[in-house]
Amino acid sequence: MKHKSIIKALTAAVLIMSAPLAVVAQDTIKIGEINHYKRMAAFAGPYKNGIELAIEEVNASGGVLGKPLEFIFRDDQGKPGEAVKIAEELMTREGTVMLTGTILSNVGLAISSFAGEKGYVYLASEPLADSIVWSAGNPYTFRLRASTFMQAAMLAEAAAKTDAKKFATIAPNYAYGKDAVAAFKKNLLKLKPDVEFVAEQWPGVFKIDAGAEVQALERAKPDAIYNVTFGPDLAKFVREGGDRGLFDGRQVYGLLSGEPEYLDPLGAEAPEGWTVTGYPWYDLPSGPGADFVTTYQSRWDDYPRIGSLVGYMTVQSIVAALNRAGSTETEAIRSAFEDLPVNTPVGDIIFRASDHQSTMGAYVGSTTLRDGKGVMINWEYKNGADYLPSDEEVAKMRPSK
Amino acid sequence: MEFFVAQIITGLANASSLFLVACGLSLIFGVTRIVNFAHGSLYMLGAYIGYTFMQVLPGGLGFWSSILLAGLSVGVIGVLVEMLVLRPVYKAPELFQLVATFGVILVIQDIALIVFGPEDLLGPRAPGLRGVIRVMGEPIPKYDITLLVITPIVALTLWYLITQTRVGVLVRAATQDREMVSALGVNQAWLFTGVFGLGSALAGLGGALQLPKGGADLLMDFHILAPVFVVVVIGGMGSLPGAYLAAVIISVLNVFAVTYLPQSTLVLMFIVMIVVLTIRPYGLFGREEVAGEHGQVGEPERPIKPASARMQLLASGLILLLAMMPFYTASFSLVFTTDVLIFCLFAASLHFLLGLGGLVSFGHAAYYGGGAYVAALLVTHVNTPMELAFLLAPLGAGIAALAIGWVCLRLTGVYFAMLTLAFAQLLWSLVFQWGEVTGGDDGLVNIWPSEWLKPTIIYYYLTLLFCVGGILLLRHIAHSPFGYALRAARDSQRQAESTGIDTRKIQLLAFGFAGFMGGLAGALFVFSKGSVFPNELEIARSFDALIVVFLGGVKTLAGGVAGGVFFKGIEDILIKFEYWRLVMGLLIIFVVILAPEGIVGSLRKGAERLNLIKSRHM
Repeated sequence: MKHKSIIKALTAAVLIMSAPLAVVAQDTIKIGEINHYKRMAAFAGPYKNGIELAIEEVNASGGVLGKPLEFIFRDDQGKPGEAVKIAEELMTREGTVMLTGTILSNVGLAISSFAGEKGYVYLASEPLADSIVWSAGNPYTFRLRASTFMQAAMLAEAAAKTDAKKFATIAPNYAYGKDAVAAFKKNLLKLKPDVEFVAEQWPGVFKIDAGAEVQALERAKPDAIYNVTFGPDLAKFVREGGDRGLFDGRQVYGLLSGEPEYLDPLGAEAPEGWTVTGYPWYDLPSGPGADFVTTYQSRWDDYPRIGSLVGYMTVQSIVAALNRAGSTETEAIRSAFEDLPVNTPVGDIIFRASDHQSTMGAYVGSTTLRDGKGVMINWEYKNGADYLPSDEEVAKMRPSK
Repeated sequence: MEFFVAQIITGLANASSLFLVACGLSLIFGVTRIVNFAHGSLYMLGAYIGYTFMQVLPGGLGFWSSILLAGLSVGVIGVLVEMLVLRPVYKAPELFQLVATFGVILVIQDIALIVFGPEDLLGPRAPGLRGVIRVMGEPIPKYDITLLVITPIVALTLWYLITQTRVGVLVRAATQDREMVSALGVNQAWLFTGVFGLGSALAGLGGALQLPKGGADLLMDFHILAPVFVVVVIGGMGSLPGAYLAAVIISVLNVFAVTYLPQSTLVLMFIVMIVVLTIRPYGLFGREEVAGEHGQVGEPERPIKPASARMQLLASGLILLLAMMPFYTASFSLVFTTDVLIFCLFAASLHFLLGLGGLVSFGHAAYYGGGAYVAALLVTHVNTPMELAFLLAPLGAGIAALAIGWVCLRLTGVYFAMLTLAFAQLLWSLVFQWGEVTGGDDGLVNIWPSEWLKPTIIYYYLTLLFCVGGILLLRHIAHSPFGYALRAARDSQRQAESTGIDTRKIQLLAFGFAGFMGGLAGALFVFSKGSVFPNELEIARSFDALIVVFLGGVKTLAGGVAGGVFFKGIEDILIKFEYWRLVMGLLIIFVVILAPEGIVGSLRKGAERLNLIKSRHM
């Protein structure tokens, strides 16, 4: 009798699959947004709020190309294979005109490869992996946020200005960590060839054995430490390192460590005096940056995270591209993105035609405690354009085609 | 020397939480034979609940009572889980309960998100224990020293409870012979509940105790799972001293590895586990499992028969329906069906091993992901034509399965399952670590089929051909002499041997063949998605298949396929809702309780009861 139940189950599946196509109402322009809303809720939530705020603003002022803008949000559970399936569903069944989203680099790379193959435009909003626009780049994929390489280069520049000679690194043992260390080394050695790297620690991502890592770093007696750990690993590292005096008298450079997503959970135990990249939303001078913070706070009754800013800028970039394209045809959107200028809360950015990376930069400053909370002071906004390789260099890195 | 001592102290302090969580798991397994996958979730709850109490209870007293309260609360939660979810399914086939515990994981994940919010919580410091003391000049955090003291106290208390009290005697008796204990008039149900509660409380305690060294976040449930299983297995399932020793070994070795081999942090514990199990197949202090304990609880398996003519006709009709799909549905339906078919083949390959072979593999993703990686590596590094890579992928996976199976088959039951898990994790760490070749977690991209296979419809037919073909082949083999020998080896190794069957060879071949078919599914997967990442080798992927097979029904031939269709179909619908994990978890638990023989098994039984079909009892 086994067959009967297979049949039942399969019939049910066939019924589900052959459900009539959702009637696509053509009165809105739809964008497919794929993200890990559940798996990375703390990051995806503020990001989504940023998107929704921007959509409301766009639609209040007449939409785009005369139609309201609409985002279709879908959860991929952080699984690349699932994301590819959803991408296909969004483009063929839901009638979206392009794709955006993802925080995790591997999911971003999966969608990017798929988009390149099928000829769908994909704006990788948050994933940081350098390969998305370089070694695995393709004509249909663009990236908004400042990449690992750019942010590491900013920190390397700051590190080169000090007299520290011996550096130790600690980075999660996976692609992002390795890229971040490689980029930091490359840029620092270029600026200061006599620098020496005395220890490299590679804890498993979210599996750090902080006590042991701190002991190992201490043993190498470095002048300065470059930290790439984040999330719960960062909390443990900061705590053990602080207790055991690892940071005393040493310069520490922390990639992303100043972003509210990572700094705020540390509360009063946030490290002081680290040089970090981040987002000092609390101190922005009046102008577009501060205006965004005000609007965001009154809309959501919460302060913006870096994700909120990226979400907001994602919509701005897409709207700019659609307006420039004057149509929702893939090819028109694709070419509109090349050398596309966008006016954003961080200033004017451009999506470079050479490697499809935007010139969105990052804030670099040092950390301190204020009202029992870690904040960035003495920060400066660094324009991403200054930290990107030249057009000739990226042409060599991108696959020829 | 000073540094060495400091390292050992760090390692011992790290062992603390690991031991508490692991001994809870070991205790539960020892008595109830439940492999509690939800143990990591209980640990996570302990951390969150402890944190919450610490926010309201002030001072040192408040801190320590919060930890105790967290343990107690999680104990109560454990009791509830046992009574509501597990008690109804004790009669189900062995290991079926693990599906229920998987449902519990999903439910707890969403509840924790709703109650505690998405942001990571930094654990409060233990009052008065901030800072370090100097041991031979090396700084050691005071809290580490505290943990060094607490853990042996908890361990000794447990040891006293188990060896010196009447409850302990009953627990030990139940660990050795459950039936005998209940025959002697002990209320087995309450004993199980009590032990499950105690084990849960220990997990909660472990979660709360690590707060000053870390905090609480929503991913910690899965992150602790692998190390805890490793510790339990190395120590010997059910052995408390074993769990303690193993936790110490793993933690101390890890500290040294961090210093001298920083890149080894991912693979180390799995290598230790493989080495230990190779030398001592039942862990350091484990005992050989009682024969017949596994795979044969509950109703005896029915002999299988080829499908009747009517069924064959229906199945053919169904295949025809699938074959005609491109003519009546849209392109995306084909993509979705492709995914479902691939998953069904993957599940069917595991089902072959589990159902017919009685070999419970917890690491079947190794062959699925392995196949996908073989194809992707061939395409990326040696520009192999897609067709060739596609054919070599299952071969590669099959060879890997033969090699792994050769080592694992020295063991049986849960130890076998755990060793397969260790190898899968080892493969995962290799792929994850060896970025130059495998791309690490950035994976391998642009692995597309040849031009002629690219159109969605053509690829759909390719998938249909190989998946339906594969599933039918697996089914056909069940009825072949090889299938009979395999089942004989499963049901009674001794009798099978005495009839001249080389059971080990048969099982090894079955393992290789299941790996081969899993690899085929993986190859279909990689070319349909165009990329592959280490996710396809993860524990979670192995669990997906495991759950589907159990949910569908281990003791039925169609279980894997039916479960696959059910699971994927439901998932596709639910995922569009905000709290889909909660609903999915409840649904799994519901199905487990309602249909303890799996969907197919229970439907069959229901139909028999209603006299819709004739009963096939021998």
